[in-house]
Amino acid sequence: MLKAKNISINYGATRILYEVSISIDRGEITAVLGANGAGKTTLLRGLNRTLPLSSGEILLNGKSLGDLSRVEIARKITVVAQENETKFPVTVLEFVLAGRFAHGSLFGWETERDVEIARDCLKLCDLKEFEDRAMNELSGGERQRVLLARAVATEAQILLLDEPTNNLDLSHQAMMFRLVKERTKTCESAAVVITHDLNLASEFADKILLLKNGKMLATGTPKEVLTQENLREVYGVKVLLDQNPVSKNVRITTIY
Amino acid sequence: MKVNGGKFKVRSICVGAGLISLLAVSLSVAIFFGSENLTFFEMTETQRAILYDVRIPRVLLGACVGASLALAGASLQALLRNPLAEPYLLGVSNGAALGTMLAFVFFESFEFSRPVLAIVGAALATFAVYQMARSRAGMNVERLILSGVIVTTFLSSIIILMTSLLDATKLRSFTFWLLGDLSQATKGGFYLSLIAVVVGGVILASQARALNLMMIGERDAFDFGVEIGKTRMIVFSVASGLVGISVAASGSVGFVGLIVPHLVRLAAGSDNRNVLPFSALFGASFVVIADTFARTVIAPRELPVGAITALIGCPLFIYLLKKN
Repeated sequence: MLKAKNISINYGATRILYEVSISIDRGEITAVLGANGAGKTTLLRGLNRTLPLSSGEILLNGKSLGDLSRVEIARKITVVAQENETKFPVTVLEFVLAGRFAHGSLFGWETERDVEIARDCLKLCDLKEFEDRAMNELSGGERQRVLLARAVATEAQILLLDEPTNNLDLSHQAMMFRLVKERTKTCESAAVVITHDLNLASEFADKILLLKNGKMLATGTPKEVLTQENLREVYGVKVLLDQNPVSKNVRITTIY
Repeated sequence: MKVNGGKFKVRSICVGAGLISLLAVSLSVAIFFGSENLTFFEMTETQRAILYDVRIPRVLLGACVGASLALAGASLQALLRNPLAEPYLLGVSNGAALGTMLAFVFFESFEFSRPVLAIVGAALATFAVYQMARSRAGMNVERLILSGVIVTTFLSSIIILMTSLLDATKLRSFTFWLLGDLSQATKGGFYLSLIAVVVGGVILASQARALNLMMIGERDAFDFGVEIGKTRMIVFSVASGLVGISVAASGSVGFVGLIVPHLVRLAAGSDNRNVLPFSALFGASFVVIADTFARTVIAPRELPVGAITALIGCPLFIYLLKKN
């Protein structure tokens, strides 16, 4: 679906990302892991061309991303990022309907279908009763879920999530990942998730990309990537690896 | 087509109908009331001349100026994600005033030199404020307002220096005009303002959906498909054009772009597809009412309309600044 080939990204004269290659495939969740400042968000912002590439190429369904307009990209790739606080009284439903921008016309209003999709997404994110609430009245966790609802409302095939579980309680963390997992399996879509929660990555990701100082350190299945050597090299801490008794996936415990 | 389950649409229709009625009433009142009260059925030749040559062009120009300034304010606020962005406070009006003054002093014989130089002045001031207010971390309220203050003060100084080139009669009329004055209204000025507000209004309406996203954040807008560079360029150009043409015709009528969109958002929500047309309607009524007040309260003498709008706008600005 989305293939990044040897992409590098600079901020001014400083190189942040060095020749990273990644293949985002249908039905898969790819987790991007790394220490703070490793270039995870830069990679994510490069994948939807928010940041220009210094070198390399990104192909979306075989077409170069550079040849597509913003609207064409937005119809296929959507982002859940950290939100800016708005100074205007925007309601939750209006906020989620903004996710339908790429599907509307120049002077148009949202259709009934748009409203229906937005309401379904609110329901999926456990926000059914929130549609008339103002965005700036919500808690951090509620806002985070609204961001996911807006991204899902775009019906884009590729979901890019930058630390989506920030501010979320345990049950909503699981809800967020289950929803993303379900979407990738049933809607023929794919997701790339930046997270610092190694256990969530181990549970939900099909593939992991481990970054260190902007360079790709390892890529593969959680079992292949989440090794003691890799984690010590990236985070500089000792970890205990065993098997989650319920899911049988790798479980990571930091040794302090 | 129902929006937000119909509820939103009913509210919008009510607000829209209310604003159209308000405009109709304020236009009628403004046309027939003044230092010379007129009745439609019995008019002398002099009264007829007052009505057609003075009163109607002035009232209609006031409506166009109000609509233009409110549209410029509403669109700049959404674009800059700042409810305090206003052409007068950002120095855009002063840029236009300096342009008009240059035309007034150096190119008086060229009929269109005033609006053209006013638009250029407004555009340059907008560009300067935007560049000064931007930083790597984005644009916060304080930085934007401070940039506006700096540009306004700088341009005011140049305007004051230039007034030394004017003779005493011109100086008085220019000072009055600078504070916002519709008494020099001409049919030509009205037609130009009307064209500007219609064309500018349609272009801004085409950007309303994009502005809904820009209002949340530039990065969000970009992620969801807005060509932010194009939207920014369109809104800055149209807002500068609207402010330039308004200032060339009537001086700096301040705070309209602050008061009007704020009250419209309270009544109809933040969706720019409502905020823009409703601000145009309400801005038109607001300036027409303020001007009727300005020319009747101490009749036969007049106050500049800008003084009336500033009297209402300043307290609101303080309130909004506190709230932010």
